[in-house]
Amino acid sequence: MTSFSPGFHGRPRALADRLPPGQYPTESFPVLSAGPTPRVPTETWTFTVTTETGATRSWTWDEMMALPQQETVHDIHCVTRWSKFDTHWRGVPLTAFLDDVETAADHVVAEAHGGYTTNLPLEDVLDGRAWVAHTYDGYPLSPEHGGPARLLVPHLYFWKSAKWVSGLRLTVEDEPGFWESVGYHNYGDPWREQRNWGD
Amino acid sequence: MAQDTGRPSGTHQDGNRLAGPLSEILRAEPTTAWWRCPDCGRSGPLAELHVYGPEPGLTARCPACSRVALRMVPEEGHLWLSLGGATGAFRFRTA
Repeated sequence: MTSFSPGFHGRPRALADRLPPGQYPTESFPVLSAGPTPRVPTETWTFTVTTETGATRSWTWDEMMALPQQETVHDIHCVTRWSKFDTHWRGVPLTAFLDDVETAADHVVAEAHGGYTTNLPLEDVLDGRAWVAHTYDGYPLSPEHGGPARLLVPHLYFWKSAKWVSGLRLTVEDEPGFWESVGYHNYGDPWREQRNWGD
Repeated sequence: MAQDTGRPSGTHQDGNRLAGPLSEILRAEPTTAWWRCPDCGRSGPLAELHVYGPEPGLTARCPACSRVALRMVPEEGHLWLSLGGATGAFRFRTA
């Protein structure tokens, strides 16, 4: 008779329960591009927070790496319908960049090398819900996946996790980003299947 | 269904990739179109544009300076089109 071990960590959450509507699971890590892949050396990399008054604060790569780091594991969901379970990241929670910033803004625009932008509610990037991620699966994040550092906002569709992130701009008014301004949903919750503008 | 594009990251197709979706909303033959880049001044036929995508959408860029020339996102029954980006976007009914 064949028996199955329940494993060391108890019964895992059923994968079907972790798959948002309309998604399929994949083991690969597809790469989608809206332009040439920027090559950004860490020697010149900076991350800049700009407030609605124009005040700025910047971190170099070394300054960013000196901030408290977190290891984090998440399922990620692309609006093109693939989902990937248990992705391993290392990075800095956005709270570390925003805690000391004086602002009345309710929104942020993530800006990236190459001109990409995406907009998010400020509250969605605080309290450990978003990171600047520089390591994937134990290795430096490759340029194809947004290295040297990308935004990681795993509770929203993955277009919100801007590759090659260069900074955050705090805004009083919501400003639709690169895909949000051409038909994609402004918020992008995969569990409510917010893919398109009208969803 | 979404798939990896099968091309290396950051690679592109030529501008004629735009002809199919553009022909849904234009009476003129899209491949006969010329464009001019407002940043670097380069001009040429549609085919010279570098087109990235198709997912999450088609992004056409100037081959000289990479400025976005247009973005197109098809969705069920509609086609979203943004020319350049600063002018907002248009949603055309296609079905």
